[in-house]
Amino acid sequence: MLAYIARRVLATIPVMLIVAFFVFSLLYLAPGDPAAVIAGDQATPQDVERIRASLGLDRPFVVRFGEWLWRIMQGDLGVSIFTNLPVSHMIAQRIEPTTSLMLITITLAILIAVPMGVMAAWKAGSWIDRGVMAFAVFGFSVPVFVTGYLLAYIFALQLEWLPVQGYTPLSQGFWPFLENLILPSIALGSIYIALIARITRATMLEVLAQDYIRTAKAKGLGSRGILFLHALKNAAVPISTVIGIGIALLIGGAVVTESVFAIPGLGRLTVDAILRRDYPVIQGVVLLFSFIYVLVNLGIDLLYTVFDPRIRY
Amino acid sequence: MATAPAMVDVFPEEVKRGRIRTFIRRHPTIALGGFLLGVMVFLAVFAPLLMTSDPQALAPARRVRPPSAQFWFGTDMLGRDVYSRVLYGARVSLIVGIAVAVLASIAGLTIGLISGFIRAFDGIIMRIMDGLMSIPPILLAIALMALTRGSVQNVIIAITVAEIPRVSRLVRGVVLSLREQPYVEAAIAAGTTTPRIILRHILPNTLAPLTVQATYIAASAMITEAILSFIGAGTPPIIPSWGNVMAEGRALWQVAPYIVFFPAFFLSVTVLAVNLLGDGLRDALDPRLAKRI
Repeated sequence: MLAYIARRVLATIPVMLIVAFFVFSLLYLAPGDPAAVIAGDQATPQDVERIRASLGLDRPFVVRFGEWLWRIMQGDLGVSIFTNLPVSHMIAQRIEPTTSLMLITITLAILIAVPMGVMAAWKAGSWIDRGVMAFAVFGFSVPVFVTGYLLAYIFALQLEWLPVQGYTPLSQGFWPFLENLILPSIALGSIYIALIARITRATMLEVLAQDYIRTAKAKGLGSRGILFLHALKNAAVPISTVIGIGIALLIGGAVVTESVFAIPGLGRLTVDAILRRDYPVIQGVVLLFSFIYVLVNLGIDLLYTVFDPRIRY
Repeated sequence: MATAPAMVDVFPEEVKRGRIRTFIRRHPTIALGGFLLGVMVFLAVFAPLLMTSDPQALAPARRVRPPSAQFWFGTDMLGRDVYSRVLYGARVSLIVGIAVAVLASIAGLTIGLISGFIRAFDGIIMRIMDGLMSIPPILLAIALMALTRGSVQNVIIAITVAEIPRVSRLVRGVVLSLREQPYVEAAIAAGTTTPRIILRHILPNTLAPLTVQATYIAASAMITEAILSFIGAGTPPIIPSWGNVMAEGRALWQVAPYIVFFPAFFLSVTVLAVNLLGDGLRDALDPRLAKRI
């Protein structure tokens, strides 16, 4: 058990190193010469050369990568070209809205999608099943900004039930906070719900065909007991895998959702950084999101041993 | 020069129509997806004939007009005809979708075959793919677009790079399972050269799953292109793509929601069509997989 956890944790190190390498190459390949920018218009070529040496830009790629990696591990993500603020500082300011949006979306999606998939598998072939499958196809096909604008148009502009845009921090009360995040979460979550519902249905269909389910039925267990106690537990590994992988969709979707609903989070920060070509910020955000993604999937891999004690790698 | 034998129509008209009906009944998703996609391709190809006014023509005097007989989908904040812009947007989406699907398939097939067949490269290639896959695809495409100027070509390259790892993994998986098949072992025992084994025995068997995967890639590439253009990191604003039309309508969407909704509707229908086609192809090409998912 401990050996498995240790091996699995160690296996993420090369993956993270490769991610870091890609992200570093991004800044390395970025157009524009930082030394020339800092030196200004009046600088002579010697001035630029001196600034380049003082910044360490004249040293080999590998050396710079090593130093950059060392700074990253100490939490130093560099300084924004545009605002001159440390990137880690800018990320810290924007992290609350994005974290809230993601957590609410994930909770909402699991609460909706898993029962949906279970029902579809239980009533396979019925109109419930068809409805769930049709929803899944639509969920995959309608992009997040389309769902976002549609929801905002109906529930905010026409019915005026919920605010159109914006974000209220949790510190200003739970309801104002939640009110602003309901529509964005549904918009962002629709593709995720479709994904989870589909895999839940598929896995449940497989599990429900097993002998031990027939045994459970034969000994007179109620359908609720069979579904949630025996079947869902055995379907948990593929479902949680998809929940983990799907977070990549959420991260990409969050960038757009925050733009549609004017939420001042990391997504907005990314978009602003792209428009200003603020490479250190882009680098920092990509690095952070990728590391979170790897860590979440590592966590889910470790959870497997809880769901399924047979798993021993 | 011998004349080619004239094509003899073996089946009378009625039997043919019956066959089309049978096809629709057996593969409703392929039929519906194919039909919707056909409509979009038609609109894209004949956009110059179907448009009602120049999609680029600025006309400040007729800014933000609601849909009418003259401007079917209304006009945007610069007075441009949204209907004509949406028609041209179909071209960008379809070109990006098809190009990314083809390029990612070719690159993924090559990498997957190398990785599956040459053990020495497998470890390192798959670690690199793991790393690339750890960066959420849209973020990776955004990061790549930040390096270059916005152009349709660069959008295609950026999305392709983000899609390659998944295709490579798929092909590698198929190759690894095929290698263990008795007929491949027999071919190796019979002294067949490796390129010939790949060409004759492995490649044909990867085509079915690859085709299905390519359809899904086309669908997600169209969404990614729209997202990139929407946030201003994709197709340059002078080219009317659905993402660009939506981005331009964004500031006004509470007053003139139609500017956002028409391209959004067309994008959704096109992606839906491609996804339906993919589901149908998957069911038709791989019945075993179809039963599982």
